[in-house]
Amino acid sequence: MASEERTPYDRALEPEIRDVSIELSEPPPSTAIEVQNLHFHYGRRKVLEDISIDIYQHHITAVIGSSGCGKSTFLKALNRIGEIEGNVNVAGSVRFFGQDIYDRRVNVNRLRRHIGMVFQRPNPFPISIYDNVAYGVRRLGRSRVHLDEIVESALRRAVLWDEVKEDLKKSALGLSGGQQQRLCIARALAIEPEVLLMDEPCSALDPISTMKIEELLRQLRSRYTIVIVTHNMQQASRVSDYTAFFNTDESRIGRLVEFGPTVQIFTCAANSSTRDYVEGRFG
Amino acid sequence: MIPSRSPASETLSHPLDLTQPDSKTRWLETAFVLLAWGCALLSAGTLFWIARVVYQDARPAIAEFGLEFLWGREWSSTREVFGALPFVYGTLVTSAIALLLAVPFGLAVAIVTSETILPQWVRSPVAFLIELIAAIPSVIIGLWGIFVLVPFLMPLQRWLHETLGWIPLFGSEPFGPGLLAAGVLLAIMILPTIAAISRDVLLAIPPELRSASRSLGATRWETIVRTLLPAGSAGIIGAIVLALGRALGETMAVTMVIGNAVRISPSLLDSGYTIPAILANQFAEALKPIHIGALMYLALILFGLTLVVNVIAVVLVQWVSRRAIVR
Amino acid sequence: MELSDRELPDLDLQQPLSLPRRLFEYGTTAIALGLTVVALLPLFAIFWQIVSQGLQHLSLEVLVALPAPVGMEDQPNGFANAILGTMMMVGVGASVSVPFGVMTGIFLSEFAGGTAIANGIRFAVKILSSVPSIVVGVFAYATIVLATKQFSALAGGFALGVIMLPIVTLTTEEALKLVPDTYRLASAGLGEGRFSTTFRAVIPNALPAIVTGVLLAVSRAAGETAPLIFTALSSQNWPQGLLSPTPSLSVLIFNYADSPYREQNALAWTAAFVLLAIVLLVNTISRQVTRKHLK
Ligand SMILES: Nc1ncnc2c1ncn2[C@@H]1O[C@H](COP(=O)(O)OP(=O)(O)OP(=O)(O)O)[C@@H](O)[C@H]1O
Ligand SMILES: [Mg+2]
Repeated sequence: MASEERTPYDRALEPEIRDVSIELSEPPPSTAIEVQNLHFHYGRRKVLEDISIDIYQHHITAVIGSSGCGKSTFLKALNRIGEIEGNVNVAGSVRFFGQDIYDRRVNVNRLRRHIGMVFQRPNPFPISIYDNVAYGVRRLGRSRVHLDEIVESALRRAVLWDEVKEDLKKSALGLSGGQQQRLCIARALAIEPEVLLMDEPCSALDPISTMKIEELLRQLRSRYTIVIVTHNMQQASRVSDYTAFFNTDESRIGRLVEFGPTVQIFTCAANSSTRDYVEGRFG
Repeated sequence: MIPSRSPASETLSHPLDLTQPDSKTRWLETAFVLLAWGCALLSAGTLFWIARVVYQDARPAIAEFGLEFLWGREWSSTREVFGALPFVYGTLVTSAIALLLAVPFGLAVAIVTSETILPQWVRSPVAFLIELIAAIPSVIIGLWGIFVLVPFLMPLQRWLHETLGWIPLFGSEPFGPGLLAAGVLLAIMILPTIAAISRDVLLAIPPELRSASRSLGATRWETIVRTLLPAGSAGIIGAIVLALGRALGETMAVTMVIGNAVRISPSLLDSGYTIPAILANQFAEALKPIHIGALMYLALILFGLTLVVNVIAVVLVQWVSRRAIVR
Repeated sequence: MELSDRELPDLDLQQPLSLPRRLFEYGTTAIALGLTVVALLPLFAIFWQIVSQGLQHLSLEVLVALPAPVGMEDQPNGFANAILGTMMMVGVGASVSVPFGVMTGIFLSEFAGGTAIANGIRFAVKILSSVPSIVVGVFAYATIVLATKQFSALAGGFALGVIMLPIVTLTTEEALKLVPDTYRLASAGLGEGRFSTTFRAVIPNALPAIVTGVLLAVSRAAGETAPLIFTALSSQNWPQGLLSPTPSLSVLIFNYADSPYREQNALAWTAAFVLLAIVLLVNTISRQVTRKHLK
């Protein structure tokens, strides 16, 4: 079981298969989100410059980089949620299965149902656990027949069901931080997104809860495409298949320095600043 | 080095329809947005609506009397002669008395409730009680004014007249209600405004300023007088101007204790009239269009006067709070 | 000698402040405390008078009976009609101001936050809140009384609504701004639109504070007199619907206070007691609502 669940990093640790060319021999993954020459501004201030990345379907992509280099902003550009916080300007293209999400005709609400998001701090609504998971499902004019099933299945996929099945009507605020974060994941899963964006989902959690979420990520990998921002190098190497390293300089404009299979970024990065960063030599 | 991608929409489990609107909620969204805009514009528009309506109905009087209305001293509906000066005079004089009294008291309360002279368990109730005055309906304060304050002030007024009667300010025989009584009552009513806002201003001053002054050896009151009050001056002035606006427009309590006599007397012990008071007393009975017009003209003057004062106050207070955020 | 002086300066830690500074310190403290005590006196005097005078004639009778004609000693005498009239007109005012005020608050907080148009509208609403209530009365007189040729509860209620509107608007905006952005993000992240996000994720969390604002507005409107004197006028009978002159507690107090009849003066105090009780009760409840929420 464990041997099947290996990440590229685990394999990288074994000398005999350290050769990166083995990765290349696998069938090429398909692209869920294709980011091309993305420039992102908050008002007049440029935050991201010329980012081009492919987010592969059913893989986990980690985004790492020092504080303020625009990782959260990058995630917010992928489901256009930056727009509700204020005035943003975007140039370049972000294609979700071929469709430009910045097209004027795009219904952002529909987009965000395809690309779910989990935030840094667990943010359950102050209502019951059940209602939290049902929040995105319950909409005007939808049949509610399968609601119970949907809630249960989402909670199971978030590996929270066994802990809360007795207390579905209790307030979500009574859960521990780790449980709240898994609840937020269940809430996002309940509307069947294709992609899950996670912004430092474990930074407010203890090591045990962090382990649980990481395990959960590995399980979700087969059905969902995941982009996770993390400050934790070990976490990135443990859970992700691909890693993108962002960096910034005095101009405070974030740029993509390197992107590739996680094993490659962590063992033989092409760029010297990437090597410094993953080995903890700066930042 | 990175595997080439394949165009892969077909690998998606369900069809992708990003541009399709959610038909069921779209009208709701649109209606909601329009409604919010409509309500916001209407709420803000009420201010202009008031100005327009009052101006419209004042037009007969404006056409008849012009600007001379402002210094006309007579007011008679039978002879259809109308002048605003006695009312403007009464309004300004009572407000001035109120400010003169309320500013020192209000500032004292603000300082006592924001500094650490008294323990917290005394300070908070004092602040709460002072603000409670603001919640008392003004007609009740007027009732108290008629039956308690005016008799209470009578000996004081008599004494003022007897000892300082040679000054025109106290030159008339007191008979109870009058400008002074109205001013005192107004002072009681606007005191919470000055106290509460000044207190907030003082509390918002960065604590470093206080410790800096104290560490240089200044005493508590030297710090208050030379550092805190100047630092908060814009906000405190804003509070005072806001209180002035409130005093100018206050109706009931003043109407009940000012004596309601159309005259311009230099003596504070004499009775008088204010714009709000004449509006309250005569509007219900006014029948002639020119009479209504004259009252509307007065209302317009009051509206303009308070508008200017309140705009200044709001701008001052806003400016202060914005500066506090930046800092 | 000089050197050692410098090395060991004359430490004067024990020496008290100079006399003028000490006097200034004690003097100002005494003055400030004295002024504060005097500032509190009117409040206690008002409460004392209203309770002592008001309770003398408070009975069930005054709360359920109509005003008796002057001089009729044996008839039941009260102001039940005024209590009802006040409630009616405050109700009209609330039904006008709450929807508009809450929607405007939503607009300011959720739609236009920080934009020039929002600042302009907020400014206008703030100025509206400081328009003298007598001018609002004149406005209601001109728009409704002159148009319907009738003093009415509608005109009075409309005037009260205009007075409540800015209070509801500004407290709603404040309440919504206190809701953490994470709720908005969570909801938008699930693909919910503005309507759904506002009404399902934001407003439920702000509801206690919005209710507080509405109750504050109600307590303010219940005590208003100036906007009612020449819009709703007054009457000795039960309110006859929205389109006829309607009595109110505050106008009754005003009329009875000026009355030459002693029993009406006495009843003014009783009515003042009832009105103050209502106003302070609503006021306190409103504070309670938010306090509970914060726990
Ligand atoms: N709403 C906003 N308006 C203006 N500037 C913003 C906004 N949000 C972020 N920024 C700026 O954009 C830059 C990138 O911010 P971002 O939050 O994306 O960084 P980050 O990489 O996620 O940092 P961290 O690791 O600390 O979370 C920062 O310099 C920040 O100041
Ligand atoms: Mg971040």
